Amino acid sequence: MSAYLKRCWIWMTIAALGGAPIIALADDWGMGESNAKIPPSSIFNPISTPAREIDTVAFFVVAITAVIFLIVASLLAYSVIRFRARAGDDGREPAQVYGSNPIEFAWTTVPIIIVFVLILVTARTIYMIQAAPRPPGALSVHVIGHQWWWEFRYPALGIVTANELHVPLSDPHSPTPTFLDLESADVAHSFWVPRLAGKTDLIPNKKNSMWIDPQVAGTYLGQCGEYCGTEHAMMLLRVIVEPRADFERWASAQRQPPVLDASASHGRIVFETTACVSCHTIRGTAADGRFGPDLTHIMSRQTLGAGVAMNTPAHLKIWVNDPAQMKPGALMPAMNLGGKDLDDLVAYLATLR
Amino acid sequence: MAGSIEHEIAIGRARELESVPILEKIHEWVVTVDHKRLGLMYICGGLLFFVVAGLQAVTMRLQLAMPNAGLVPPEVFNRLLTMHGTAMIFLVGMPILTGFFNYLVPLMIGARDLAFPRLNAFGFWLWFFGALLLYFSYIAGDGLYGAGSAPDVGWFAYAPLTERAFSRGNSTDYWILSILLTSVGSTATAINLIATTFSMRCEGMTLSKMPVLVWLSLVVSFMMLIALAPLSAAQVMLLLDRFVGAHFFDTQAGGSAVLWQHFFWIFGHPEVYILVIPVFAFASEIIPVFSRKVIFGYAVMVAASGAIAFISLSVWAHHMFAVGMTPAGNSFFATSTMLVGVPTGIKIFNWLGTIWGGKLRLQVPMLFCIAFLFQFLIAGLTGIMLGVAPFDWQLTDTYFVVAHFHYVLVGAIIFMIFAAIYYWFPKATGRMLSERLGKWHFWLFLIGFHLTFDTLHFAGMTGMPRRIYTYQPGRGLDTLNLVASIGAVLQAVAVLILIINVVRSLRSGELAGDDPWDAWTLEWSTTSPPPEYNFATPPVVRSRRPLWDLKHPEDPDWRYE
Repeated sequence: MSAYLKRCWIWMTIAALGGAPIIALADDWGMGESNAKIPPSSIFNPISTPAREIDTVAFFVVAITAVIFLIVASLLAYSVIRFRARAGDDGREPAQVYGSNPIEFAWTTVPIIIVFVLILVTARTIYMIQAAPRPPGALSVHVIGHQWWWEFRYPALGIVTANELHVPLSDPHSPTPTFLDLESADVAHSFWVPRLAGKTDLIPNKKNSMWIDPQVAGTYLGQCGEYCGTEHAMMLLRVIVEPRADFERWASAQRQPPVLDASASHGRIVFETTACVSCHTIRGTAADGRFGPDLTHIMSRQTLGAGVAMNTPAHLKIWVNDPAQMKPGALMPAMNLGGKDLDDLVAYLATLR
Repeated sequence: MAGSIEHEIAIGRARELESVPILEKIHEWVVTVDHKRLGLMYICGGLLFFVVAGLQAVTMRLQLAMPNAGLVPPEVFNRLLTMHGTAMIFLVGMPILTGFFNYLVPLMIGARDLAFPRLNAFGFWLWFFGALLLYFSYIAGDGLYGAGSAPDVGWFAYAPLTERAFSRGNSTDYWILSILLTSVGSTATAINLIATTFSMRCEGMTLSKMPVLVWLSLVVSFMMLIALAPLSAAQVMLLLDRFVGAHFFDTQAGGSAVLWQHFFWIFGHPEVYILVIPVFAFASEIIPVFSRKVIFGYAVMVAASGAIAFISLSVWAHHMFAVGMTPAGNSFFATSTMLVGVPTGIKIFNWLGTIWGGKLRLQVPMLFCIAFLFQFLIAGLTGIMLGVAPFDWQLTDTYFVVAHFHYVLVGAIIFMIFAAIYYWFPKATGRMLSERLGKWHFWLFLIGFHLTFDTLHFAGMTGMPRRIYTYQPGRGLDTLNLVASIGAVLQAVAVLILIINVVRSLRSGELAGDDPWDAWTLEWSTTSPPPEYNFATPPVVRSRRPLWDLKHPEDPDWRYE
């Protein structure tokens, strides 16, 4: 109810100020600060071959269209200014020109030639990206879209994680691309990290794939590109590109079962005796649900709720208590745990590094 | 009976002067089969939904003005974007444009009415109640499950989000039924326009003497007949999925999500041209009159429109470059998409040819036309960019696409609808719209439009997907979105000025006379507003510009055609 009143108040303020967008900002749970450290996800700042190929063809197309625009727009502007009716006009109608076949022929032929060139360039880039062979040693990651989070499975490495994709750095001289096999558990989604590659959809009952070979280490922001329901906007994604040695270290840590901390044993009992286990997996425990993200190493991830909040114990507590507070519409229900159970549960989750 | 026509005119005039009780007036409009009244009802109904769906857009822009804003919750935002899109296409674009054709085609070919006046009325009421049904979902869409309210599946309603498992309640059913009804109405109109054009032209008006507008209404009508069928088929299949457990698109039972996309876009892309070719028609009537020159390359203009219609039936999967088609499939649709650019370019060049060497009267209808030419040029060029499939993998489903198609739907179509309103309002009402208010409307809308949609191209290229109810701070999107939202408010103010202009003119606007723009097509030869029977005597024409021939007997058109 208070949220409703707040909205009424906001509306009245807007009406009072004649539409000035004065809007109460919600807590960003530390995400703004974190995002600001990462360069914007511009498609014109590529660091991986597919995105770079697209950048090249885009530059070519934008250049051609810009020239066309300059020519046609100048002609239009010139003719509007030059041929406008002036004061003191004699009132006679101008010469009536019904058309001209040579002119029509010219302005039909030139665009056809331009289109022909564009088609060749386009087809070349399509085949270069889509038909690239998968090298035998390439890392394969199985990406599964869910409402509204990402599941990443590394079949060869025996790793399951969520929302943050770790991939090894690729050396441009001897590339080690990562291939993503895309599927959906529910509705259509789209995998998009602008600096790495274009979008490819994740469609139920269909197997798609794409590849990336990031050549600069760092964290890259992306998100779901196909409308997929209530929290489409907060189906965010991070790709963490690391040098090979760091990646191997991360992978071997992920493969380990979680280290059990005796002080958190009550929290573990709470976890295993509530509905948490129906949806989540923690390896080495009774929890083996598949509907929600694997929590075996949840504390190794930067964010919670598919990028809706920074992953801190304080945020984790808010999330577990009522996810809708951070992500209204999220499919995880509020757990309605009491004070001590909640604290212990969060303390237990905080040990899952 | 001798003198019967004069007698009829006298009766008509007397009836107009009579003060008719309001209920009787409404009754007259409800039972009318007159193409002019039905045309006006389409246009006014469309404008009503334009205001509603426009306010929904402004609400979305306010929510997106700042990152992480809390003006509307996600569910409400998703309904807003679905209703805005669906309404702008089916309840605004389609009725306003068919409304103009309804009104103008019989007048321009010297006919008394459409070929099937009662079918025309039937089509209108189907559309009207279909439209009401869509908005009725806001109060009735909860359905048995208590879930829902208005539809929230997006205007192209991708499967399987629309299936029972993901869309509970009845909101999606309202969406399906509403579109089904309005499509049947549009099909009726298309049949009517085709029959009228082929069988009701006045003496002397061969096909090659029809005004460009009539030609393009014919092209659009054929496109509607072809394109609306797959849409209706898909809606029926989805309805079967939802109510009797068919599995066309139900992926959990082995159905195909991509099949829906093919069905939808084989309608959806021709639909873009169904909406834009009518405004080409307006431009081809208004630009010559305000340049004081005959249209440049009449035959080429008509042929180019036919070519656009034909090619546009084979481009649909360029909406689906990211679904994982084969490289050959992607190359084919990239090719057909770019080919549409050729006849489209030809049209722009011919309008340029019409302006060239003319004496341009820069009155409000022409101002909108000039803005249209620039904006449609940009929309076409960003369309070429999107046709380059790899570039599209980055741009699809981002704000770049939103900006691109609003350049078409607003920058071209809405701008030309405004031009058409200013141009034909005097004919329909007998009164002029104010030039002063019109110029305020034009400049405010122009500035607002560019603030909003120019910036959104860049938001898309900076990684902002469409259909998100909010975005996080720190991603380089804040300023772009704030500017876009300010533009939206300016556009809303401009539309308010239009409404004021219309209301004022209806009461006390300057009297127009029969032919205020010194124009050349047949509708200007009858009174403003035209009588119910349009022409006191059936007109006879010898050229495409019968009124030019009358005004310039020394240099008539028929000598050159």
